[in-house]
Amino acid sequence: MDVTPKIAIKNLFKIFGPQPKKARTLLEQGLSKEEIFELTETTIGVQNASFEIYAGEIFVIMGLSGSGKSTIVRMLNRLIEPTSGQVFVDNEEITSMNRGQLVQMRRKKMSMVFQSFALMPHMSVLQNAAFGLEMDGIDRKTREERALKALEQVGLEAWAESMPAELSGGMQQRVGLARGLATDPEVLLMDEAFSALDPLIRTEMQDELLRLQARQKRTIVFISHDLDEAMRIGDRIAIMEGGRVVQVGTPEEILQNPADDYVRAFFRGVDPTNILTAGDIALDSQVTIVIADGKSPRAALQRLIKNDRDYGYVVDSERHFKGIVSTDSLREVIERPEVDQTIPNAYLPGAKPAFSGDYMQDILPQVASHPWPLAILDDDGKYLGAISKNLFLRTLHRSEQVENGTLEGPATK
Amino acid sequence: MNIFNFDEQQIPLDEWIQTFVDWLVANYRDIFQIIKAPIEWSLNGLEWLFATLPPWVVILLFAVAAWRFAGKRVTLFTLLTFLLIGYLGLWEDTMTTLSMVICSVVFCAVAGIPLGIMAGRSDRFEMILRPFLDAMQTTPAFVYLVPVVMLFSIGTVSGILATIVFALPPIIRLTSLGIRQVHPELVEAALAFGATNWQVLRKVQFPLAMPSIMAGLNQTIMMALSMVVIAALIGAGGLGNPVVQGLNTLEIGMATVGGLAIVLLAMVLDRITQGIGKK
Repeated sequence: MDVTPKIAIKNLFKIFGPQPKKARTLLEQGLSKEEIFELTETTIGVQNASFEIYAGEIFVIMGLSGSGKSTIVRMLNRLIEPTSGQVFVDNEEITSMNRGQLVQMRRKKMSMVFQSFALMPHMSVLQNAAFGLEMDGIDRKTREERALKALEQVGLEAWAESMPAELSGGMQQRVGLARGLATDPEVLLMDEAFSALDPLIRTEMQDELLRLQARQKRTIVFISHDLDEAMRIGDRIAIMEGGRVVQVGTPEEILQNPADDYVRAFFRGVDPTNILTAGDIALDSQVTIVIADGKSPRAALQRLIKNDRDYGYVVDSERHFKGIVSTDSLREVIERPEVDQTIPNAYLPGAKPAFSGDYMQDILPQVASHPWPLAILDDDGKYLGAISKNLFLRTLHRSEQVENGTLEGPATK
Repeated sequence: MNIFNFDEQQIPLDEWIQTFVDWLVANYRDIFQIIKAPIEWSLNGLEWLFATLPPWVVILLFAVAAWRFAGKRVTLFTLLTFLLIGYLGLWEDTMTTLSMVICSVVFCAVAGIPLGIMAGRSDRFEMILRPFLDAMQTTPAFVYLVPVVMLFSIGTVSGILATIVFALPPIIRLTSLGIRQVHPELVEAALAFGATNWQVLRKVQFPLAMPSIMAGLNQTIMMALSMVVIAALIGAGGLGNPVVQGLNTLEIGMATVGGLAIVLLAMVLDRITQGIGKK
């Protein structure tokens, strides 16, 4: 992933209400959001948020309602004016732009998709998709061509002449997405874009988004209150609570190492087998046998016995995985002198490896159906480690402890 | 001193107003005469038009409008109404009334829609405007008829001015309501795509407020028609004349016929403008 920050947020505050200055002072004195509201009728929307969003990633900002996530995303394009702090996009300071610059930035660089779709009911699907281009003063022919292309991307070109009210919710949000894509923005803000859709359609839309993202790497800031959604589409996630950004990290980092009880509580009921991959949990603690040494089955057997192990993982000199042998299979070769005394003859049939990107859920049948730990390879076919039944169950158990808040310290591999 | 001494007048507001109006008339009558010029020109133009056009052309125009916007039944009703008015011998009066109504409604729309838009977009402006609108709608017309006559002289133009005062509020109120009823998310979405304030108004708020604005226009037309008789008291012509004359001379028949024509004309204009609003 590209590591230049596309969007940088620095010490961003949003305070709503009659006495923002006083609220700020009270906040610095350590009063809680609730106490401040009691005293001043002033709400701390977002407090001291700082993070960076990289080019080409899907960055999910997650939190419950009232956590300030929708406020933060609206401060990126200044639909809500920050009380203090800075927002940079490509090192340009959004927060210091004048009206005209801001309008240009919204037209060319950053578009938005809304939870309520917010389609113009008096305009056709095509006119809706062309809305941003129309605001930019692009002539009718050009903007309708570009809008039609955007509609093609979401599979709605046949509906161009329909009115939004004639479409289903899922289709309306596709129009919303097409409107966001038509201006070809570098940054796409999506405010709970799929939350109003029923679960099946939501998953479909998430896939659609991932498909579009695979083709034309935009920087997407996605607001969600749904952890499954965040885990599914987010490259990185920021978790917000009460206006604060509690933790920023990849889904795996956050799941394995939650910053506090609030984050932990979020993960209660999350199935870790959908999130953790084989590569996340595989341990390189099994005995490996390097085949290039010209080792005989007898030497391999010696090595297993010496290490008190039943299974050995055979790799070549570059750690490419070759197969699995067991003490029994090696003995069988040794006891039959008519067979070539080579290690490959002792490979266990059916010992197929899995890959580091496979989810725990996907490898469960393989782990369960064989007595030996499952070999895990990286994308180049190199041996990374293995997952035993024991390790698999321990990971599940640890996740449960995380959920219950009983686990001390970070989970270690 | 008894602060509840209500037996005598303590505040001579009536005298102050009298003095103020006298002063206004004495010093600024010329200016008010200039103000009424554009109304006079528009009205004269319209009156000339309706007097010149042969009746069948006028009937045809209204029938076509009814056909396009309001359907068969309204078309038939429109034809019958105009024929009846003709046969009752009220054609000329009706054309004068039409000119007056159209003229006042046009001025109401020209002033009222922008004011309504401003009120719709600014709570403060709406707050300032509201008491004036309340006063315009509830002050009995007789109260302002005399000062209007003093400033603008007797005649149809004064009648139109009185009509505008009374008929202006609904179009302002309903335009403001229409703008306010536009979902805030739509305005937010437009802004997010780089719309300027003007673009938000022109592309989003105004088109979406259109049905409400049309309802306001319809109400303004109805109220303008209801002022026809009162306008006749200060020398405006039209269908108010037979009513006023009939009342003065106790010719109930004449007054009723004039009233009937006003009601039928109101129904025709109402159905056609409602049809336009729905389109």
